[in-house]
Amino acid sequence: MTSKNTPFRAKNNSCRVLVALIAGCLLLVACGQAEQGDFVDMKQDPFPSTYTALLSAPVLITGATVLDGNGQQLDGLSVLMQDGKIQAVSHEIAAPKGATVIDGTGKWLTPGIIDVHSHLGVYPSPGTASHSDGNEVGAPVTADVWAEHSNWPQDPGYLRAAAGGITALQLLPGSANNIGGRSVTLKNVPGRTQQDMKFPGAPYGVKFACGENPKRVYGGGKNSEGHRPSTRMGNIAVMRQTFADGEAYIRAWGKYERDYRAGKDVLPPVRDLKLDTIAGIIKGDIIVHNHCYRADDMGNMIDVAKEFGFMIGTFHHAIESYKIADLLRDNGVCSAMWADWWGFKMEAYDSIRENIPFVHGAGACAIVHSDSAVGIQRLNQEAAKALADGRRVGVNISKAEAWTWLSKNPAKSLGVADQTGTIEVGKDADIVLWSGDPFSVYTQAEKTFVDGALVFDRNSPPFQPIADFELGQPGAGDIK
Amino acid sequence: MMNLKTIITVAALAITLGVQAEDIAVTGGTAFTNGGTGKIENATVLISKGKIISVKSGGDIPANFRVIDADGKWVTSGLMVSNTNLGLMEVPLSGSHNDDTLKKAESVIAVSAADAINPDSTIINITRVEGVTRAVTGFSSTGSPWQGLGAVLVLNGDDLVDHAEAYLQLDIRDNGARAAGGSKAGLWQAIRKKLDGAQKQQEKSQGDNTNAAKDSDKDSDKDSDKDSDKDSDKDSGKKSDNSAEQKTLTAVLAGDLPLLVHADNARDIRRALSLKTNYGADVVILSGKEAWRVADQLALAGVAVVLDTMANLPDFDALAATQLNAKRLVDAGVKIAFMSSDTHNARLVPQFAGNAVANGLSWEDAMNAMTLYPAEIFGVADHYGSLAAGMDADVVVWNGDPLELMTSVDALIIKGDEVSLQSRQTKLRDRYESLPRSPAFVK
Repeated sequence: MTSKNTPFRAKNNSCRVLVALIAGCLLLVACGQAEQGDFVDMKQDPFPSTYTALLSAPVLITGATVLDGNGQQLDGLSVLMQDGKIQAVSHEIAAPKGATVIDGTGKWLTPGIIDVHSHLGVYPSPGTASHSDGNEVGAPVTADVWAEHSNWPQDPGYLRAAAGGITALQLLPGSANNIGGRSVTLKNVPGRTQQDMKFPGAPYGVKFACGENPKRVYGGGKNSEGHRPSTRMGNIAVMRQTFADGEAYIRAWGKYERDYRAGKDVLPPVRDLKLDTIAGIIKGDIIVHNHCYRADDMGNMIDVAKEFGFMIGTFHHAIESYKIADLLRDNGVCSAMWADWWGFKMEAYDSIRENIPFVHGAGACAIVHSDSAVGIQRLNQEAAKALADGRRVGVNISKAEAWTWLSKNPAKSLGVADQTGTIEVGKDADIVLWSGDPFSVYTQAEKTFVDGALVFDRNSPPFQPIADFELGQPGAGDIK
Repeated sequence: MMNLKTIITVAALAITLGVQAEDIAVTGGTAFTNGGTGKIENATVLISKGKIISVKSGGDIPANFRVIDADGKWVTSGLMVSNTNLGLMEVPLSGSHNDDTLKKAESVIAVSAADAINPDSTIINITRVEGVTRAVTGFSSTGSPWQGLGAVLVLNGDDLVDHAEAYLQLDIRDNGARAAGGSKAGLWQAIRKKLDGAQKQQEKSQGDNTNAAKDSDKDSDKDSDKDSDKDSDKDSGKKSDNSAEQKTLTAVLAGDLPLLVHADNARDIRRALSLKTNYGADVVILSGKEAWRVADQLALAGVAVVLDTMANLPDFDALAATQLNAKRLVDAGVKIAFMSSDTHNARLVPQFAGNAVANGLSWEDAMNAMTLYPAEIFGVADHYGSLAAGMDADVVVWNGDPLELMTSVDALIIKGDEVSLQSRQTKLRDRYESLPRSPAFVK
């Protein structure tokens, strides 16, 4: 009530006397002419994408073995990329004027790999203390921080990832906090600012963490008295209270909007950057990415989400998804997994090599992720190992189906499946040409295209980019 | 209750069974002998009393040999991986037994990883079912540039130690410098002081021994390191530690005990070579991300490199890291072996090798770099590392190219014993295939 936009001021003369006499808001409304401040919309996009595709001529790749990302393998197929999009997919395509034609005979063509779990840019190379920008550890809930504001677009890791066939990726804050902040989805084309990399139209995500990390970081050691959470039950209490606060925040904004629409001159609620994110989750605008290893932790989080009316999009790491593959399928939750990481902490002790194929085999959504600047360079190899492990125990999955773990399901997890993740006419031309079968250890990505533009070519030095950091240092320009 | 006689009988029987391993013939596969007699089609590998007795194409199978049919399969020696903490840890972040980390020790030079090996660690069988039968293990940190004595393990049985004191490790990277006071200048001063001191002590002790032999004088000498010295309890405790340390450094100075030097950048690696030229140490480089820049000098000095084939991200300590490291070193004539940077996934050594081949290394060198070469580097090549008569029978039957991602192990023999392909992970897998209501009842 002490704001500049005092609700007592009205501009309609006919009401003025009445206002002066009664000074009642309701009557002001009755006059229908109250002066209102500008409506404040809770939904904002203060750091819009400035991504533009690199320049490219049309490219026609002929006669390749294509994994289309929808589970089909098509031999001897040609794919035309033009104006950043996949223009044609067919056995016979005439090359348009000015097109670069690449003979894909003996090579394999796939949708670009999408890594839903990366800390490139926020924990870049070189890994100095000055570059440690991935965990804002100050409180169990830091839903107000956004990973993109830590993203160093000069991380050489992006270029290494392109050499491994990565065309898009999600940067996540670290897993110290119960709610670590917003994620960002990127096209793998580094620019001068982080906004240059942002995937146009991609929704925001948010990082949650279950289990050991938050309780260790906040309640561990000498903090165990007086600091919460220090237990798994503390973790859940933190989450529930946060979402209860988020509900109240939504109610406050709802009341503001109703009152404003009714013509009242009302102040919006005080903006709370944490609760902005929580409200966005409850409203379904922000996708939940939940670091969660144990089956019981995942079971708890599924119910927390139900209680507050939102969805868990993807459980990340999800070491024990194989124990509850049916529950994950029934609740429509994806699992982003490693092929074989295990044992580095107690909640990773029950890892099995068949986790990914078992989740897929149960009809749930399976994703191969990296969480590693090394792993992101060869996610196709992780898929190959998982595929073989599944087949050995009778889970028969084709290579084409397994590729859904690398592009289509990640695209779905990030909310960008309409734009990328499969080789279909009209989709973004995010494509990798492999030297052979990408399920072989000897195969390498030969050419990586993002929006139809070549961003890496193993056989052409002009398309082997060098990061600012590496320029003028030993090894610059070498094959990595 | 068993009486003493029964116990002795049972024990004797157990020993007998242990010694009399089964006679096995692995037949029909394509064998890669790693320094044996090359690639052999339709190979017959005969195994008796824990040893390989012959590897040849075809031939008769003696009576009483159990046959493992490897028709259409690949047969190799068991694999060996370096730079693990196998047997020393279980779950590092959760405070299960973690014997790989020392905060304090009587001597960070003479402390021996072999003293702490736990054969019941689940990592052992989870590793070996992937075809890895030998591993180099040691401490991950000691709070000192000196990282103690590491061992070679054989991944089966109650006593995993194959070679107890296989090498002494020294960290000369920034970590080592920090432990020594901050600057690499301080680190090198400390290293020289230790080695010079050991050299002097050795000379003195050799002199004393000569005198002692001459005079038949068995009296104690304050400076002698001989274990037979008996002083007061306190002194003898101190002396025996010094003695162990002196013994270790003497072996290093004689070139008998490999000195595994953890170094990444070219400058540190050149520096490490001085330990060979100036002190005669059998230097081996660990990690060596920029070793390719020093390849010719390494080849000339006969210094091997134990490397991570996937290291290609720049750090100030490894600006020129590249996956071509392995190929470039071998092209220059340097012997290499593969390390793991993660004990739990040291089992992935075939994938490390495969990536090196994708980046230009020959298949044969990649195979040797996880069998014969590490065996030679860490001093077990007299009994392990090639598929040849007289060697320990570590034999793996693969359903395809062992370096390939989709290949797996069909049969595993370690020192002549066929070993189960089950692990805690396969048991979990089998338990949960049917998503049981109460898993504890599924055995």
